[in-house]
Amino acid sequence: MKLFASSSARREAKWAYAFISPWILGLVVFTAFPIIASLLLTFFSAQLTGDSRNFTFVGLDNWARFFSDEKAWAALGVTLRFMLLSLPIGLFIPLMVAILLNSKALIAPGLFRVLWFLPYVIPFVAGVVAWRGVLGQDGPVNGVLHLLGVENPPFWLNDIGWIYPALVLMGIWGIGSAIIVYLAGLGGVPTELYEAATVDGAGWWSSFRHITLPMITPVIFYNLVLGIAGSLQYFLVPFVVNGGNGTPGGSTLFFNILQYKTFFSYQDPGYGSVLAWVLFIVTLFFSLVLFGTQRRWVYYAGETK
Amino acid sequence: MTTMATMGNDGLTGAERKEARRRKTTRRRILTTFVVAILTFVFFAPMINLFSSSLKDPDQAVATGAPIWPARPKSITVGTETYTIYKVPLDDGTVKELALIKSGRQESTMADPADLTKTLVWKGSWRTLENVWEFSFAIGNYGDVWKLINFPQLLFNTIVIAIIGTIGTVLSCTLVAYGFARFRFPGRDRLFQVMVATIFIPGTVTLIPTYILFLNLGWVGTWLPLLVPTFVANAFDVFLMRQYFLTIPREHDEAAQIEGATPMEILRNVIIPQSWPVIVAVTIFHFVYSWNDYFGPLIYLATKPELQPLGVGLNRFSGIYYTRAGYVEAATMLTLIIPVILFIAFQRYFVRGVVVTTGIDK
Repeated sequence: MKLFASSSARREAKWAYAFISPWILGLVVFTAFPIIASLLLTFFSAQLTGDSRNFTFVGLDNWARFFSDEKAWAALGVTLRFMLLSLPIGLFIPLMVAILLNSKALIAPGLFRVLWFLPYVIPFVAGVVAWRGVLGQDGPVNGVLHLLGVENPPFWLNDIGWIYPALVLMGIWGIGSAIIVYLAGLGGVPTELYEAATVDGAGWWSSFRHITLPMITPVIFYNLVLGIAGSLQYFLVPFVVNGGNGTPGGSTLFFNILQYKTFFSYQDPGYGSVLAWVLFIVTLFFSLVLFGTQRRWVYYAGETK
Repeated sequence: MTTMATMGNDGLTGAERKEARRRKTTRRRILTTFVVAILTFVFFAPMINLFSSSLKDPDQAVATGAPIWPARPKSITVGTETYTIYKVPLDDGTVKELALIKSGRQESTMADPADLTKTLVWKGSWRTLENVWEFSFAIGNYGDVWKLINFPQLLFNTIVIAIIGTIGTVLSCTLVAYGFARFRFPGRDRLFQVMVATIFIPGTVTLIPTYILFLNLGWVGTWLPLLVPTFVANAFDVFLMRQYFLTIPREHDEAAQIEGATPMEILRNVIIPQSWPVIVAVTIFHFVYSWNDYFGPLIYLATKPELQPLGVGLNRFSGIYYTRAGYVEAATMLTLIIPVILFIAFQRYFVRGVVVTTGIDK
């Protein structure tokens, strides 16, 4: 069998490979090699001090260590617990804002859209400083709570019960992209559907429940996929808030922070790679579940059944 | 009879009903806009607070009872003496702003700030009196921070890293996206699937070997780990550009091809001139991404403060000067101002870029 039908097809393929060669190089050097290498590293005890590179084969020791490592399981628990709080909020708040911004009754919608997207471009370190400023013990948020009659407003960043809401708030300036994605989804719902519903006497809620929500499930799905991947790899905000020390009470010792410390502070690439692979497997599991259930609840308009 | 015909069962004429509906719509518009405006204000409150705090000196930052805006207690100076002004409730029920001349536990001597000879003795503890606050900006925070954090150096690092990385990204992603969008070759669809799949690989799984690789190359402590990978394209931007290239009619390429143009010439003369929106979108996306990147500079430039960009520099600075809130806040304002200006200038492309990435707006 001939691979190429003609010399012109061969020429076309040559050009194509030339054009995509940068990506092929990147795939090999920065994706394929590191993935294989990190899997191999899980079977080694490695030392990288100074100029010496020491690799000793230790079999499944690193993996065995993971299964009895309470700290790692606790960090996984912390990550999943935080996801339970941050994910619904991260899906729901941008949707609510998008619905408001999409309202025909809103004056100057363009201005508000730009304003709600703007903080997305602010470096998150700056966002952390800004939110830490309002969440201080004597800060404006507690001042408002005091005015509303709350006797003992929380010590946001030092209280196990309030640190997660505080972290969620610190990341809230990043919701701009989710809002825009929702707005695109809302704008794509055919207006005839709403007109038909109004003729049938449907109110706002029932239009939302039976038209808007099903029609934007692809967008919700998209935000859900990004949200889960983001929460599993949650790292930057807690790292900047307390340098990854886990305070208060280990509640901010997220899995990725533990992995970072295992490699960069404890200098243990072998065990660090085990942790990386555990996170990879957990991510894969969530992705498979998501894509597996997709057919049941995500509605694609172009799809024929 | 004619009026009867247009009347509904609510007894209103058509004109009246239209008027009522119009008024109801206006009310709804005002209410909705009001709610959104309040929410927007709450969303931005930390930024307003940040800006205000960045203008306070340490005394102002901790002053009790001070308003949220940068303020200090109002006082007047006569000769070498400075008198603080208080809100003093008088016997006749009025409150007057008076200067405290002589303080005492039981009673104090107060004077009219306009004329200090007009004194009166006020009974009560002066410590219970409220200050009168006036605007006072510690604008010097910005100048101090500019020097302390070595802002020009950090800004230079950030801009150079962002510009080189953006050039690398736009160049490589344009080439790769063109390859996927316009050519037939064995394995194309499979390779494209692989590329999309790599978007979902968590960065942590490639982190350690990549770091060891850069360590062995002697690149840790230089900008190379941040810059070199941008020249081998990234799946996300390639995907974005390919989707856009697919919308350009093929007839344009074919016409050029018949005239003997090479694929490189077609890319330069046909595809790129029609793709400015996506090129601009990728450019500003990568620029902002690079500006805000924290993890890369953190791990590769940890030992080289003179090479660090703003984000890492800001966090290092806030660790050292955590007692000077005004400094940290001024430094933060300096860090966020450029992305905000860029965003305002190019907001149209940002918004469109986000929508295109999702593939919703095909």
